[in-house]
Amino acid sequence: MTQIRLTTPLSDEDVSKLRIGQQVLINGLIYTGRDAAHKRMVDLIQAGKINELPFDPKGQIIYYVGPSPTKPGKVVGSCGPTTSYRMDPYAPELYKLGLKASIGKGKRSPEVIEAMKKYKGVYFAAIGGAAALIAKSIKSAKVIAYPDLGAEAVHEFVVEDFPVVVVNDTLGGDLYQEGIKIYAVK
Amino acid sequence: MPMVQILLVYNKLDQQLAKGGIKIKTIKTSVITENVARMAQEANFYLGADVMEAFKKAYESEVSNTGKEILQILIKNAEIARDEQVPMCQDCGYAVIFLELGQDVRIEGGDLYEAITEGVRQGYTKGYLRKSIVSHPLDRKNTGDNTPPVIHTTIVPGEHLKITLAPKGGGSENMSAIKMMKPADGVEGVKNFVLEVAKNAGPNPCPPVILGVGIGGTMEKAALIAKEALLREIGSKNEDPVMAKLEAELLEKVNNLGFGPQGLGGRNFALAVHIKTYPAHIASLPVAVNINCHAARHKEVTL
Ligand code: SF4
Repeated sequence: MTQIRLTTPLSDEDVSKLRIGQQVLINGLIYTGRDAAHKRMVDLIQAGKINELPFDPKGQIIYYVGPSPTKPGKVVGSCGPTTSYRMDPYAPELYKLGLKASIGKGKRSPEVIEAMKKYKGVYFAAIGGAAALIAKSIKSAKVIAYPDLGAEAVHEFVVEDFPVVVVNDTLGGDLYQEGIKIYAVK
Repeated sequence: MPMVQILLVYNKLDQQLAKGGIKIKTIKTSVITENVARMAQEANFYLGADVMEAFKKAYESEVSNTGKEILQILIKNAEIARDEQVPMCQDCGYAVIFLELGQDVRIEGGDLYEAITEGVRQGYTKGYLRKSIVSHPLDRKNTGDNTPPVIHTTIVPGEHLKITLAPKGGGSENMSAIKMMKPADGVEGVKNFVLEVAKNAGPNPCPPVILGVGIGGTMEKAALIAKEALLREIGSKNEDPVMAKLEAELLEKVNNLGFGPQGLGGRNFALAVHIKTYPAHIASLPVAVNINCHAARHKEVTL
């Protein structure tokens, strides 16, 4: 299967070209965040304190992950995706501010899919549970905000050919709906 | 009583027990702690041979190319975890412990559950495993050492202590479900419920999954036997031929939903369906479905 290489930050054109089912290799900076970090970020946005966000979401990718502790001599611990629906209540606010993609596993809500159509964003799935392998594509990692949250702190990762699949594109397509249609036995 | 006297009483007791043909085995809490700490790490680093075998079989039968690639990646992932001694998944799970305690065992050196808790604490800290437990479900402060574990104890005849440690990931646990059905719903009702749980779960529990189905008992018993069913070796046959048939039928049905590996389409959503039953009340038919992800981790030791 052909793979598409993308380097962050992403433009509207970069993501508008993507279609569900495509395999993408991500390069450059990406940011991490789970439930607790999302809550803090969205609280800031709603309070009008956008300049206090850990990073400017414009053109960026957020990866839903809480890595395991880093073993001495390693760049990062195991770090596969967490289930994305828990971030659904917060995601539209970030797409609105120009976030171009999120990476996780599992279905998104209609509201998030709508926000991605409206603000030109996509949702990628990384392989859930392939955490030791995924860690190999992370070349450097540092905590940039909320260290008190431990594994849930916001990290900045530099990634090289980080493998993902397009699940939701800017047209509202959903691989989780379409993929199974082909293989379901009636 | 002075110490010497106490020891004499114990000695006499031991002699009497030995005369009566009853042997008492003494197990030290320090040994229990060591074993739990070791198993917490091994369970997270080394995926069971049965799961690896199941990945390979699924790879052969998978019809979707993406599905095949995913299965290959999961095999590779387990190999990296094994070779580098890193956790196969960043979610190193809730430490669920099953104890089978022989009634002729004496635990020496302190509190048995504290010894296990200490083992979890040491294993998760030394092994660089993620600490995923919060002390209260509503105020949600991380305990920092992945304690406490969840411990299920059964007392059995004999003089052994069997400890099974099964780290359980949140993603797949969250997609599990229980239903108190009517006896009239029967086997068809059970089948429909299992399919409903699978459909609702879709990609969320990191398929390929293993479905543990607990049928019967009371509400909590059904949930417990569903979890116990997950400990059975993949590829082993249910001792009850009727349930073995039902397992095969359910496996085919859930895989025919088309979710496939990671829910991206394919025919290997589940690697196995394991059923466990228990007598039920005349008025009830409890059914629990506990989903385990492909990181189906468990280790056991008999002391
Ligand atoms: S469901 Fe299992 S494989 Fe998936 S992230 Fe959780 S523990 Fe890991």
